[in-house]
Parts: sequence; C-alpha cells; structure tokens
Amino acid sequence: MKKNILLDLFLTFLKIGAFTFGGGYAMIAFIAKEAVERHKWITEIEFMDLIAVAESTPGPIAVNSATYVGYKLKGFWGAFFATLGVILPSFVIIVIISFFIEEFRSLEYVNYAFTGISAAVAVLIINAALKLYKSLEKSWFSIVLIIIAFSLLIFNVIPTPYIILSGGLIGFIWYLICKKKVVDHS
Amino acid sequence: MTILLKLFLAFLKIGVLTFGGGYAMIPLIQEEAIANGWMSTSSLSLVDYIAISESTPGPFAINIATFIGMNEAGILGAIVATIGVVLPSFVILMLVARFFARFSTNDTVKSIMKGVRPVVVGILLAVMISFTVKAIFNVSVLDFTFAYFDYKALIIFTVIFVLSRLAKKISPVFLIVIAAGLGILLYGVF
Repeated sequence: MKKNILLDLFLTFLKIGAFTFGGGYAMIAFIAKEAVERHKWITEIEFMDLIAVAESTPGPIAVNSATYVGYKLKGFWGAFFATLGVILPSFVIIVIISFFIEEFRSLEYVNYAFTGISAAVAVLIINAALKLYKSLEKSWFSIVLIIIAFSLLIFNVIPTPYIILSGGLIGFIWYLICKKKVVDHS
Repeated sequence: MTILLKLFLAFLKIGVLTFGGGYAMIPLIQEEAIANGWMSTSSLSLVDYIAISESTPGPFAINIATFIGMNEAGILGAIVATIGVVLPSFVILMLVARFFARFSTNDTVKSIMKGVRPVVVGILLAVMISFTVKAIFNVSVLDFTFAYFDYKALIIFTVIFVLSRLAKKISPVFLIVIAAGLGILLYGVF
C-alpha cells in the first residue's frame, strides 16, 4: 500500500511536470485538480495554505507544491518522489534539446527566428512584471522599495542577492520599529 | 570537479534567492554567468535560453538550470545545477510542512516578505526595461543610443505585445512561435 502511494505521487507529479508550460501559476490549477479533487491527498484549505507558503518561500512553485504534498502524505520519501516526478520531464527534455541546439541555433533562418523571439521574450517579461506589480499591496513603503530596487539594478550598483536580502531585512526592521501587526495584502 | 561544485553552489544561491516566479531569477543568472563565464563559448544567449525554457514543459527554473548545467559540464553539470536550484525549496518546504503549520501567517515571515515582495517587483521592472531596450535598440540601458535601432524588432514587439494584451489567456509558447515566424519573415524574406 505504501509503495503504491509513492508511485502514485511520482506519476501524478510527473504528469504535472510534463504537461504544464512556463511553470509557476499555470501549474496551480493543474495541481489543485490532481492533488485536491482527484486524489484527495490534501483538502482545499490545505491547498490554499500551501499557495500562501509557496509565495513566502523561495523556489519554483511546482517544486514547493510537490515537496509539501509529498511530505504531508508520506514524509521524506513522499516529498522526494513527488519532487523527482515534477522535475524529471523538464530535465530529460532539456538534456535532449541541448544535444542539437548549438548547431540548430547557428542556421541562418533559425537565427532570424530567434531575433524575432527576443522581442517576444521582452513581452513575456513585461507581462510578468506588470502582473506581479498589480498583485502587490501599494503603500508609500512598498513604492519606495520598488524605486530603490529598480534603480540599484538598472544602474548596476549592488549585486542582486544583496538587494533581495536587504529587502527582507528592511521589511523586518520596519516591523520592529512599528511594532504593530503587519496587515497581509492577500 | 571544481566546475561541478561551482555550478551547484551558484544554482543553490539562485534557488535560495528566487521569489515571485522564474523571471525574478534572471538578474541572478546574469550575474552568475558573468562571474563564472557561462555561455561565453555558446552561440546561445540568455534570451535564447529563456525562450527555449518557456516553450518546453516544466518549471522555468528547472529548465534553465538543466540547460546551463548541461552546456557548461554535460549531464553531470545538468544534474548538479538542477539539484542546486531545487534543494532550497525542497528542504524549506519539508521543514515548513513538519514544523510551521502557521508559517505564512507568522509575523516575522510576513514582515520579511513585506520587504522582499516590492524589491522583487522593482527588480522585475528593471529586467523588463533592459530586455525591451536590448530587443528593440540592440544596446544595454546604460549605453543607450538610437544608432542600432531595429524597426523590425519594434514591429514584432508591438504585434506580440498587443496580441498578449488582447488575448490574456494566450500561451507563451504560441507567442514565441508567432514571433519566430515574424522574425523569419521580416529578417529573412524582406
């Protein structure tokens, strides 16, 4: 019985990894359908908690979800097989592509295609940035942080890791100074 | 051996610091690429990697880690880079599942995220400007000049942007395929 759940976890997250593109939020609906509705591994409330946790922890949301659901169900090995399942399709596909991409990329017409694609990538990043901006709680505190982080990065002043870590530190210090309950935006 | 260790540590660092989805890791990857000399011998640029990662299934972070690892040090490189980028999430989420049932409502966590979230938005807005300028003007933001302005790129950019705004549910894969077609048409045929 135990073995079956591990296999089930592995196969379900393998499917999730193989059929969602772009990762992130595209995967949430699929994971909910599989883990909540179909297998009833976690309840809807647990799933909402999981999304909240995934938003406050680093890393891809797909990996966060796989680890969390797997661990809740079957401890370490549950987490291990669910996570392995979700990353395996990406891994195999990219390894295969990388065997021929260099030569493929240097073909003349492929080069034209990729020049066009770089404009599409800019659009994808614009849409992701605007979406994240819209989901953010606007206050003078967050606007000031946005402007500072933006300027530091665009003028290449400090390496990005320090900018991110400073953001967390400033958030925490600000909380200590205010000593009042932080109201969550979501 | 050292190259594998370097790849692992670089992606471990990226994995720890990536909040708010895959694109927020772009500047982290750029900086590691410069520090470690990644992609220097490849005909592919970071934009190409992003495009390919977007048009293949699976999480963006995994795709790009596997890709860079594979190109820098073969299959072992792909394995260590992928483990590196996944490990922080894996460990943190197990700890949260085990010990902190109320993790996301914890005041300390909330206050830290209150600082991290706007910073990530600022970073992403900067990445957005630099990629757009690079795509249309072929220069970095700090060396901005109209000398290399590419009107064909501006046409493709405008078409894709309008399309993505009109059909919000449109798949990124579809946008990339259209852009590739327009690229071949405008640069190859005309």
